[in-house]
Amino acid sequence: MATYKYHVLICGGTGCRASQSNKIIDNFKRLLKENGLEKEVQVVETGCFGFCEKGPIVKILPDNTFYIEVKPEDVEEIINEHVIKGRKVQRLLYVDPKTSEHKADSKHMGFYKKQLRIALRNAGFINPENIDEYIARDGYKALATVLEQNDPQATIDIIKKSGLRGRGGGGFPTGLKWEIASKNAADQKYMICNADEGDPGAFMDRSILEGDPHSVIEAMAIGGFCIGATKGLIYIRAEYPLAIERLKVAIGQAREYGLLGKNIFESGFDFDIDIRYGAGAFVCGEETALIHSMEGFRGEPTFKPPFPAQEGYLKKPSNVNNVETFANIPVIINKGWEWFSSIGTEKSKGTKVFALAGQINNVGLIEVPMGITLREVIYEIGGGIKNGKKFKAVQTGGPSGGCLTEKFLDTPIDYDNLLAAGSMMGSGGMIIMDETSCMVSVAKFYLEFTVEESCGKCTPCRIGNKRLYETLEKITNGNGTLEDLDLLRNLSTVIKDTALCGLGQTSPNPVLSTIDNFYDEYLAHVVDKKCPAGQCKALKRYVIDPDNCIGCTACARACPVGAIKGEKKLPHEITQSLCIKCGTCYEKCKFNAIKIQ
Amino acid sequence: METIKLTIDNKSVEVVKGTTILSAAHKLGISIPTLCHLKMHDLNIHNKPGSCRICIVEIEGRRNLAPACVTECAEGMIVQTSSVRVINARRTVLELILSDHPADCLTCAKSGNCELQNLAVRLGIRELHYNGEKSNYQLEVSASIVRDMNKCIMCRRCETMCNEFQTVGALYAIERGFPAVVSTAFNQTLKESPCTFCGQCVAVCPVGALTEVDFTPKVIRALADKKKTVVVQVAPAVRVALGEEFGMEPGTIVTGKLTTALKNLGFDYVFDTDWSADLTIMEEGTELIGRITKYLNGDKDVKLPLLTSCCPAWVNFFEYNFPELKEIPSTAKSPQQMFGAIAKSYFADKINVKREDMIVVSVMPCLAKKYECARDEFKVNDNPDVDYSITTRELAHLIKLVNIDFNSLEETPFDSPLGESTGAAVIFGTTGGVIEAACRTAYELITKKKLERIDFTELRGIKGIRSATIDFDGLKLNIGIAHGLSNARTLLEQIKNGVCEFHAIEVMACPGGCINGGGQPLHHGNTDIVEARWDAIYEADRNMPIRKSHENPSIQKIYKEFLGAPCGHKSHELLHTHYFDKKLVVEVDLD
Amino acid sequence: MEKIKSLADLKKKREDLQSGIKLREQGDNIEEMIQVKVAMATCGIASGAKQVMDILINELNKRNIPAVVTQTGCMGYCYAEPTVEVKKPGQEPIVFGYVTPEKAEELVTKYIINNEILEGVIPVNYESIEDK
Repeated sequence: MATYKYHVLICGGTGCRASQSNKIIDNFKRLLKENGLEKEVQVVETGCFGFCEKGPIVKILPDNTFYIEVKPEDVEEIINEHVIKGRKVQRLLYVDPKTSEHKADSKHMGFYKKQLRIALRNAGFINPENIDEYIARDGYKALATVLEQNDPQATIDIIKKSGLRGRGGGGFPTGLKWEIASKNAADQKYMICNADEGDPGAFMDRSILEGDPHSVIEAMAIGGFCIGATKGLIYIRAEYPLAIERLKVAIGQAREYGLLGKNIFESGFDFDIDIRYGAGAFVCGEETALIHSMEGFRGEPTFKPPFPAQEGYLKKPSNVNNVETFANIPVIINKGWEWFSSIGTEKSKGTKVFALAGQINNVGLIEVPMGITLREVIYEIGGGIKNGKKFKAVQTGGPSGGCLTEKFLDTPIDYDNLLAAGSMMGSGGMIIMDETSCMVSVAKFYLEFTVEESCGKCTPCRIGNKRLYETLEKITNGNGTLEDLDLLRNLSTVIKDTALCGLGQTSPNPVLSTIDNFYDEYLAHVVDKKCPAGQCKALKRYVIDPDNCIGCTACARACPVGAIKGEKKLPHEITQSLCIKCGTCYEKCKFNAIKIQ
Repeated sequence: METIKLTIDNKSVEVVKGTTILSAAHKLGISIPTLCHLKMHDLNIHNKPGSCRICIVEIEGRRNLAPACVTECAEGMIVQTSSVRVINARRTVLELILSDHPADCLTCAKSGNCELQNLAVRLGIRELHYNGEKSNYQLEVSASIVRDMNKCIMCRRCETMCNEFQTVGALYAIERGFPAVVSTAFNQTLKESPCTFCGQCVAVCPVGALTEVDFTPKVIRALADKKKTVVVQVAPAVRVALGEEFGMEPGTIVTGKLTTALKNLGFDYVFDTDWSADLTIMEEGTELIGRITKYLNGDKDVKLPLLTSCCPAWVNFFEYNFPELKEIPSTAKSPQQMFGAIAKSYFADKINVKREDMIVVSVMPCLAKKYECARDEFKVNDNPDVDYSITTRELAHLIKLVNIDFNSLEETPFDSPLGESTGAAVIFGTTGGVIEAACRTAYELITKKKLERIDFTELRGIKGIRSATIDFDGLKLNIGIAHGLSNARTLLEQIKNGVCEFHAIEVMACPGGCINGGGQPLHHGNTDIVEARWDAIYEADRNMPIRKSHENPSIQKIYKEFLGAPCGHKSHELLHTHYFDKKLVVEVDLD
Repeated sequence: MEKIKSLADLKKKREDLQSGIKLREQGDNIEEMIQVKVAMATCGIASGAKQVMDILINELNKRNIPAVVTQTGCMGYCYAEPTVEVKKPGQEPIVFGYVTPEKAEELVTKYIINNEILEGVIPVNYESIEDK
């Protein structure tokens, strides 16, 4: 085997690929060859590093140099300077926004400092399409150990004691779920992986599958052994082509090594995995809907009980876990439940992966220990609010979650605290909003999503959410009344109380949490007919400040509807009844005379 | 049996494990309102999507409210069915449904018979707090069924009937969110879909989304047309159900009042489909004997089992799903069509009326009959043998429309000659009836002995698939019976796979047979109503002086005068038909 | 491909494979490793720095010493090439000059293993290239 002096890790996740990371890889390979260095430098395409804001990422080891926003044409310089001459390319290093210092080692970057990567341990470290690298990182050791021990209940007990809870959103104890499924006898059971990630802006599961598919495969086999299932099914959105491709490669490699298939590790245990594709319906993330979709039926939830553990796929006992939950399993077996349960809070153990998005400096994928505060996540990892604006709210839990305000910034993040605060953990979407966000519009945005994604089965979700959305639209259009606010509250409560599945039961959360935390903003829309954030077009009023207007007529000439009148060299005026709020005058005025009210 | 104790509205009750809160409450005399729920246990019909959320109740210690129709009782449960929280939620949910429902009750076909309307009355809805966009779907009028999906409340009862009970698969929920609705694949028309027009979707629809095509205006016009001779035939199952529309007890036999009402309506001749049912037995029975004889003589090509062919939905079903078996069913037309063919030939000649001047109306418990009489092979020079088929419900409307006080009518007999019938004919109205009638005749024709035990009770019952071996004086024939097309499918699969032991099989599409057809008065999920009709059919049989089809003097006469022998040349021309391959090939452009 | 049939099989396989990613794992914990940097500018290469680097890597690997060998740019001691900087965890880095192939081996056996200072230490006010 050649001894490489350098390893060049290049992010091959969907995000970095979109900014030509595959071209960067090609360039590295080509130029290294041209320089006769292909035996000294290994080029590795890895999964996501998480720092997607600054992708594509190129990391050079062993000196741990972290290059950001690398373009294909930068490769030559990296090879000439760094690889050949050992000099770091300063202009491609991360610059700390606070200190303006260049940080070469990612460990010293704020974004990584507070992170603890368990589920993402291999993402951005190994080549996901090479099972050998996974094995070199203790891959399949947990499966081998579990099979050698040959005591499913003992393994279930380890998972139970570790305190691992479902990472898909519900937070149900994973070990308990396995135990229930294990106790229902049947000739066939199924271990199902829920990879139907659908929260807007969330890509935790995708990154795990793209960066470390074997961790999920190994965990499914372990779970299958524990509950007595010989078949695994991965339900994944068809919109994740790269993740699907890598899963297929990984399953193929695992089969070749005999880590999937008949008689794994000569233990007598058979387990194999099939991939099933979802068409991207959000509701199919609900486990009963997911199962119906896999069976070829309409993807809609059914009443529980029967739970999947009793009557799941093809009416056989089935266990559904989320991708991230699975990714934690092998590490827990290898390092022990004591280690895992030492991380996190009393009732929420381990770490959680979040997708940071919105008005924050460091957009990306992070993994943090439970119990970290929102403030640490937003200001230290996330690097604070973009453009120095003021923080207004953070939305967690995707469309089912709520908007939390400044007063919750120091709340330790865990399942129960988020729930108590009126939001939820969800699958890990985290969207940060600054002062320019209109909270009524934010609620409306999420409702629009739920209305679109509701399966339409139960009345409250099918019609109730639609009416919620329509009422919010009425308010943002300036036609809301105080009575509408009461109706919103009542309807939201009823929907939560009566909807059939988790989607409907949580869909009013964005409305309720914004009414609770930003009631003044609702009142401003309804009573004063104003949008304090200036986002609601219908409520915007453009007026001319006569003190600043010099009568240049630029605005009047530009107004597409002739709403601006005035004599030359005298202050102009906007006829509100004609104004269509297009904002053209605002852009044209050179004298700061147009004001938005 | 394990039992569970719980408290509902402060009353204790003990129930068997697995009982729902809805049933437990019922035991206590607490009637929790429902809408989507439909349970007709004896018929094996159960729609329990738990989706309308009208039946929600409050359970102590539970975060949200629970649907009583699917939530099972648990030990020590404390349930409130009408707390403020529940009432507010229930009314809000109902208001939501109403906010997406056309408010055209006054002109709706279901007005007065609508479960949603009744619920709005019961919950005292006076105002809708939530308003907004309403669903807007295209109205479809097919041969039998009108689909006004703007009225659909997504209870999914029709879907359950169409998919689980009938395995037809014509109706299914499509779209998602607010536009979600029950429809056909790719929004085809019902005619393009595998719909058999059995009408069970209409029979269970709680609202006016699925109704029958209304032929009463055409019938009124025909009756008013002096140039036309209007003949009516009434199917057996109508006489045991029509009374319900006039407030009578389910199971009341109203044959005499029915004929009087039809005469008062102005029909020129009031005849009985029972008459042609007897005729059917002669033809089908002879066909069966013919096939069995051939079989016993070693003919390996003979098609067995013989399948009955009276039910037009069933005929559609095998034409769509098992066209490769289309040579197996009896070629005998259904009683409705036999009647039409005879009325417009034999009888028209007799009274000297030209075919085109005669209108034949049928009163049927069925919606598929509307489709059947429109089939091309049942027309002569584009003139159908049966012009209009109306349902039991439509007849009730007609009677009400012309100011007839049904309950006080005198009883009169059917007209002659197509009005005489036997007990064997009236049991055509229930599952097992056709084959029992056939056995009564076949026995005597095969054995040439008198049948002493007329009631073949072994062929009766409500089970979906039944079988019995009948001893025809040494010749043992295996008889199968299926009602509900899912059960028929099971038997057809057996035939296809060559593992079917039956010599003859009776199939009816509707659960329970014609007594529970898609054109009958609505049962609203009450199995007792269907069972009362069932009893009444057998009572009507017992009340008949003649109970074997071949003993019907009018039938004997027509063979002598006109038809010659059963399955003879004339019969084949008028009373037999053939079937088509309607296998659906769906071409989908996936781009 | 050969199937992996037991935990022992897997462990053996892992040991074989670990060297493939060892460099990366070392990089991940670089602060706890002995860092060896070979000046690899034109002057260094001309005086045989490449060969020296190979020897260092081999010697360290052979003895399973947790060390990372990387190359850096010119340290500015062109007269003393090849130059090698060694930084042990928690200690100040030391730069050695005139590191011939023979001396490279000694560097491992004497300084890195036994902490014996060799001849040729460049005793200037040292600045690592990283700080420049």
